[in-house]
This record gives sequence, C-alpha cells and structure tokens, in this order.
Amino acid sequence: MSWGRPRNDAVDMFNTYPLNQRAQHGHAHDNFAEGVQRTQQPIVTGTSVLAIKYKDGIMMAADTLASYGSLARFKNIQRLHAVGDTTVIGASGDMSDFQYLQGLLDELVTDEFTAGDGNALAPHEVHEYLARVLYARRSKMNPLWNALLVGGVRDGAPFLGYVDLLGTTYQASTLATGYGAHIALPLLRQAVETREDSLPEDEARRILTESMRVLFYRDARSLNKFQIAKVTAAGVDISEPIVLDTHWSFAEGIRGYGAQTQ
Amino acid sequence: MPDGSFSHPQERQFNPYTENGGTILAIAGADFSVVAGDTRQSEGYSIQTRYAPKVFRLTDRAVLAVNGFAADGNMFVKKVKQRLEWYRHAHAKDMPLRAIARLIQTMLYAQRFFPYYVYNILGGIEEDGTGAVYSFDPVGSYEREACRAAGAAQALVQPFLDNQIYFKNQQAPVGSSHPVHLPLQDVLSIVIDSFTSATERHIEVGDGLEIYVIVAKGRSPQGLESIRNVQELSTNPEGDRVFVIRRELKKD
Repeated sequence: MSWGRPRNDAVDMFNTYPLNQRAQHGHAHDNFAEGVQRTQQPIVTGTSVLAIKYKDGIMMAADTLASYGSLARFKNIQRLHAVGDTTVIGASGDMSDFQYLQGLLDELVTDEFTAGDGNALAPHEVHEYLARVLYARRSKMNPLWNALLVGGVRDGAPFLGYVDLLGTTYQASTLATGYGAHIALPLLRQAVETREDSLPEDEARRILTESMRVLFYRDARSLNKFQIAKVTAAGVDISEPIVLDTHWSFAEGIRGYGAQTQ
Repeated sequence: MPDGSFSHPQERQFNPYTENGGTILAIAGADFSVVAGDTRQSEGYSIQTRYAPKVFRLTDRAVLAVNGFAADGNMFVKKVKQRLEWYRHAHAKDMPLRAIARLIQTMLYAQRFFPYYVYNILGGIEEDGTGAVYSFDPVGSYEREACRAAGAAQALVQPFLDNQIYFKNQQAPVGSSHPVHLPLQDVLSIVIDSFTSATERHIEVGDGLEIYVIVAKGRSPQGLESIRNVQELSTNPEGDRVFVIRRELKKD
C-alpha cells in the first residue's frame, strides 16, 4: 500500500485509473529491466509464404526479399529452411526471429539424431514444437514476430500447418501467410482443393509460380526472385532462386501510370 | 493536463489475443447430452481453415467445446486432458462430470489476471445418469444449465434455444404443459437448424458441423445409429456412450 505517500490527484489509490503503483517490499529492483527490449514490432521482414499439397507431397514457395520497412534491404535471403529430411518451414515476418528459430530447430534435429534411436522428427511434431515455442513467447508478452508454414511428408502422409506469433495454429491443403492469404490463397484453393491426391508435380509448380507472379505484381514488399521447396517421400529439395520475367507494358494503358492521353 | 492524464507517454502494446470466430452450443436431455460446434476458423475476414475442431471428447461421459481465441482454446483443452489423465492414473477411473466442471473453473480462475480468452461449454452425463450442460465464462464463472450457445453467433442462437428448449414466449395448448425434456431426435433437429441458420446470417460460421452425442449407460441411443455419418467414439458399449455426427455447412 501507499501509506504516507504524498497525496496526489493524479494517483488516486482508490480508483482503477491510473493504476495505483504499489510500494515494492522484498523485491530487489532490477536496474536493467528498462534496458531489456522486447520485440514490439518486426524490423527486417519477409513477406508471404505459399504452400500446397500435391500428388507426391507438399510444395512451398517464398521470395528472397528481406525488407526494412519499404526499403528492399536484402535481396538474396533464403526464407525456406529444411528441418531434417522430412520437413521444410517457410517464414514471413521478422527475419532475425526466424534465424533464431532456425538455430533452435537445428539444435533440436541434432539432439534427436544424437539419441541414436533412428527416430527423426515428423512434420507434425516440428509444427507442434514451433506452436509451443511461439505460444510460450506470446504468453511472456515477448513474441517471436513470425507467421510460419510447416510442411512435409512422413510415412506417405503429407502435412501442412500454420503457426504465428500468437500461437494460433491450423492445417489445410493450401496455406498462405500475410498478403498471400488475401491475394494468392483464393487462387491456390481454386486450383488445388479436391485435387490434392492427383495434382502432378509440374502443375503444382506452375500454380505456385503463377501465384508468386500475381503477388509480385500486387505486393509492394515482394520480389520477382523466389525459391520453391518440394518435400516428397524422397526427401526435401529446395530449388535455387527462380527469377520471373515480368511485363509492365500494360501499365501504359492505365491512367496514372503511363503517358496521359487526355 | 492538470489531472495528469498525459503525464506518461502512451506506448503501443503487443496484443496477445485475437478472435477466431465460430460458434458452439450444447443441450441437455433427460438421459443424454448434445454438444456441437462448427469447424470454421477465421481471423477478420479471412477463413484460415474449413476444418479446425472446437469440440473434444474428454472421457466416455464428458465432451468439451471451446470457442474464442483458438490458441488459448487448444492450450486449455490440452491442459484439461492432461489433468484428466493424471486423475485416471491416481484413481483408476474417469473423473465425474461435475468434478470436471469444477476443475475447469479452477483452471480458468487460476489465469484470472491473464485469462484464457475462451468460452467453454461442457456437456455429458452426471453420475446419476442425467444429461448435463455446464457453461463457463473466460475467468471461470459457471453454472449447470439445460442449454447454452456461445461464440460469434451466440446472439442469434441463444434466443432460438430459449424459445425451443425453454419454451419462452410459448403458450402450451389448453389442458397440457410443455415437456421438461425433449427426445434426442427433436434436439438434433434444433441443433442442425441452429447452425444452418447461423451459417446464413453470420460470416464467421459455416464449413462443417460436428455434433457430439453422449448417451447415458444402459439407455437407448434412440435411433442414433441409423443416422448417416455417425461414428461411435466410446470404448465400452456397456457404459456411457459417445457418438459424433459430421455434417456439411455452407462454405460461402
């Protein structure tokens, strides 16, 4: 309680606002508490990640841009990451938080390998692990500022899952984060849903490529350079960066872009 | 300002909560209980997935529906299930329904100052063989009721249940009275109508419907087995039995 403190109209100890500060007894004051910064906003960010199920497993795509606000700061950052031989994760949001998670996962995979029992983490286990880490961090009000897609194949069963900075999780046969959830996801759903088990690889690749093209035209924080990861029974394969050729001649005809004709 | 309201700079803070839409509902019968929920999970105007279960079998006589912030809901169900498993190992039996209800209130209230942003509805069979529904608020206030709707379409569904289950604003025919409990078939029709109607009028409700039916030990499932897409989940046909009925809802 605050007995003996000077009376102050701005601090009404019998009111709920402003919240009355209680005197500290017993607790040593942490001089460094104010020096600890928690992530309150992302700094260097990646934009959308897309993923779909297809005949042989799952496919995931993300461009190679890491933005600093509206500045295209790093143009060759890999946002797809293999976890063991059966899983791949794709990250949007804060890239330093993602790199921290990569370290965490690599350590986890190593620990699992060192056990020497022949067991490896399945995609749904990696997803659960990430969900617990992200939920625990949000519960400490110190979130890892990411939206992640987790995909993989284990024992012939494909898996696709989402997890974000709040610890929210879900699974579906088509997934997208950020801007992609608004622009690309409807295209992916139309192309993939009900055909997950029959969709051939080249068509899956075409669907993702075209969706990445649409995103590049509409998302100002995207790049026409991206990677596609494929996970099948044979393992994880992350492609070299693919560069899309783009055409802007149509802009000439749009009032406000090209030369004004009237 | 003289009152000091601007003396401290305002800081924008990370918001640890979100709403994931959907609706749940439960109705108690004389010797059965029905717990249902849609399977859509959304955030804002985006549908995240068309199948994310909100209703969970806890034991052969208890089913829990959770609605609100999905991450909290999943964590809460996980922890309730863990506590029930510990109880099973300690006492070699399943926890009774009213004990589960009190456990849930204690677990919710333990988080009073950083609440699970979740509305819980627990349905099942009491030890005396009667159907029961318990409903909770996010910090643990709870009561036993005959029916309850919660979630995005609560305001649409609860008045309908008040009318159809409690017979509010209905006059019984002269010389007769309203029934105290409805038969299972009538309850199932009311549940299905509730969700098809909520799907029509609420954008966060739809995609799929999961209806759990818990039938008291030794009682007739009242023709439940002949319904299409019904699946029995209970392990012992001699005890209380749990069934789930899966149906489609409109996806637009």
